[in-house]
Amino acid sequence: MQKHSRKLLVVISEAAIERSLVADARKLGAHGYTLSEVRGGGASGDHEGDWDIDRSIQLQLVCSEEVAERIAEHVLAQYAKHYRVAVYLTDVQVFRADKF
Amino acid sequence: MPIDPVVLFFLLGLGARLARSDLRLPEPVYETLSIYLLLAIGLKGGAELARQSAGEIVPMALTAIALSAVIPLILYPALRRCCRLARADAASIAAHYGSVSVVTFAVAQSTIARSGLQAEPQLAVLVALMEAPGIIVGIALAKLDDIRNVRWGKLAHETLFGKAVYLLLGGIAIGALIGPEGLEPMKPLFGDLFKGVLALFLLEMGLVAGSRLPDLRRAGLALVAFGIIAPLFLAAIGLAAGLALGLSTGGIAIFATLCASASYIAAPTAMRIAVPEANPALSIGVALAVTFPFNVTIGIPLYLATARWFG
Repeated sequence: MQKHSRKLLVVISEAAIERSLVADARKLGAHGYTLSEVRGGGASGDHEGDWDIDRSIQLQLVCSEEVAERIAEHVLAQYAKHYRVAVYLTDVQVFRADKF
Repeated sequence: MPIDPVVLFFLLGLGARLARSDLRLPEPVYETLSIYLLLAIGLKGGAELARQSAGEIVPMALTAIALSAVIPLILYPALRRCCRLARADAASIAAHYGSVSVVTFAVAQSTIARSGLQAEPQLAVLVALMEAPGIIVGIALAKLDDIRNVRWGKLAHETLFGKAVYLLLGGIAIGALIGPEGLEPMKPLFGDLFKGVLALFLLEMGLVAGSRLPDLRRAGLALVAFGIIAPLFLAAIGLAAGLALGLSTGGIAIFATLCASASYIAAPTAMRIAVPEANPALSIGVALAVTFPFNVTIGIPLYLATARWFG
């Protein structure tokens, strides 16, 4: 079966900005997204997610390298200064090129 | 008067965090409990409201909205000078105190009922009315230089249609439409179970307050002192306003509690979105780990005793 190279962009951030993140990703060319609630910790301490403001989300986007970089750049410029943000990128292979 | 049983659940949760217990309420449970509480408070207030004439609430409502908007203006300079906070942090904390705490209101209602007093049912409407003005004034304070770029439409949408205000007002509207008779079939869920659910919610609040205690070390002594002095000062304003409005003794105590309480559902989310440069650990730390425990253990009985003294 033929496979196509794409990028998986993962953004972990605060639930408070979930809607803005999804809207921005859509606007910058993401065709779809997967969102999950996560828990974890980092420089800002542990975030157990037991209070609205403490909740964290993980946004996964499979897209072309160009779109992934555009979104990553925007998210870091727009949100990283004041919100907890972690962004990383990995290579993935997809089966349906037109979907991503 | 002995301590309200629901407060013991708060202490139980707090103790669990301090003892590093693995106790944890799953997030969907907390979410369900908070939806239940908001609806139950709204329905009860709305059903009682159906018996009143609509005009009676106008002076109370206007006073409540005005107080919620003025409180941040009073607290902001104090936070800037005495606690030496940055503008965004001072404005954010001031907004939390301008807005109100639904659970503190529920504990006050329960305390009033236990002491055999009645309170005006309209007070439930005031909880909904006092959520938003403080938040809006707080954001305006934080963004004084940049006020034109604040997206007020989006902000109004976030506060009015956020779950706290939406469910409270929705519950009040349904309660007022169906009246006490209409509410009767739902009483086993929304009436009889209320106290038990409130106890569970306070267990969760204890857990969260406990996990916020380390934030207080960073916040400093001045802010911790603020968390105790501010509710006392605000309760005095509330008592005076309640007396001027001619409320019953129970009503005065609840109104004072509303003024003294700080929001931790609507305000933190709204401030996080609108004023991202404010450190949420400071505002939630002082509202949840200082003022909330102070109000439910010492504040409410004190406000009630003072209201009795005046009444």
